[in-house]
Amino acid sequence: MDSSALMRALEEAVPSARLQAAPAIDLQTTVYVERDDLPGVARALRDHPALRFALLAELTAVDFHPRDPRFEVVYLLVSIEHRLRLRLKVRLFNADARIASVHAVWPAANWLEREVWDLFGIVFDGHPDPRRLLMPEDWEGFPLRKDYPVQIHMTPRTTEALQVTPEEFRANVERDRLARR
Amino acid sequence: MGIESEIPVLTTTVEKMVQWARRSSIWPVTFGLACCAIEMMSMSCSRYDIARFGAEVFRGSPRQSDLMIVAGRLSRKMAPALRRIYDQMPEPKWVISMGACASIGGVFDNYALVQGVDQVVPVDVYVPGCPPRPESLIYGIVQLQRKIAQQKLA
Repeated sequence: MDSSALMRALEEAVPSARLQAAPAIDLQTTVYVERDDLPGVARALRDHPALRFALLAELTAVDFHPRDPRFEVVYLLVSIEHRLRLRLKVRLFNADARIASVHAVWPAANWLEREVWDLFGIVFDGHPDPRRLLMPEDWEGFPLRKDYPVQIHMTPRTTEALQVTPEEFRANVERDRLARR
Repeated sequence: MGIESEIPVLTTTVEKMVQWARRSSIWPVTFGLACCAIEMMSMSCSRYDIARFGAEVFRGSPRQSDLMIVAGRLSRKMAPALRRIYDQMPEPKWVISMGACASIGGVFDNYALVQGVDQVVPVDVYVPGCPPRPESLIYGIVQLQRKIAQQKLA
């Protein structure tokens, strides 16, 4: 299936979605999707018999600061059954950088979305575990944004907050004592 | 030190004996952070053989170690872990900062990395290089042995 046939199959699968083919220098099929259409498009891409994009190979984002829409969230999909690849892009405005999570469609999105939130500050609505992935949990700012001061120097922290409550700590000690008896 | 004539006895001071014992059997903790660790492993293997200087017993537990070789760049997130491992080592203990990244941040002049591990732990010997060759690190360990030999007990 070539690029235009894939686009036609996609439009058949989700007739209501506003899709827009984009030129790509590597000739890989690239489609812009409106943010609100994403959940339906994602489900159709995975489940439609002509598509079956069951594998989310990568989920990342690009910052086009100072352009607005500033962010593009990029989904790289693979259809193992039909030997197809597809690049899905969603444009986001700076003032409203949030998008629906696709973790229910592709479980692999869980950590990938956490990474994008961590480094770009894009909020994924409905994400089950919206914590930072790479940076320390109390970090301020989003380092991969183009306006982030990369060469800031701060004194490093040498301590971490307690991972357990004092009650849990005491219970652990008690359990350990019983186990050694 | 002096050999007493007639009697098979060696006399010395307690201080000198302790210094000799400490410097002759340094036990480094296994703590490789990046590519420098490859050179550190190479140093401990047969070709360079740090056993010649009595420092070949790399331990998996900080509780059994008295030397920490910080081999590689230290990220800000890793800093509390490094400090904790250092705190878990029993006294007396020493630290070698191996390579440009561990010493001053190296090429990584950015938010994510600690610009010199001496901000986190006290460093005894800095070994320059990117990464330092095993010979450099051996030289660093010998320098540390000289330093240990001069440390007073009290």
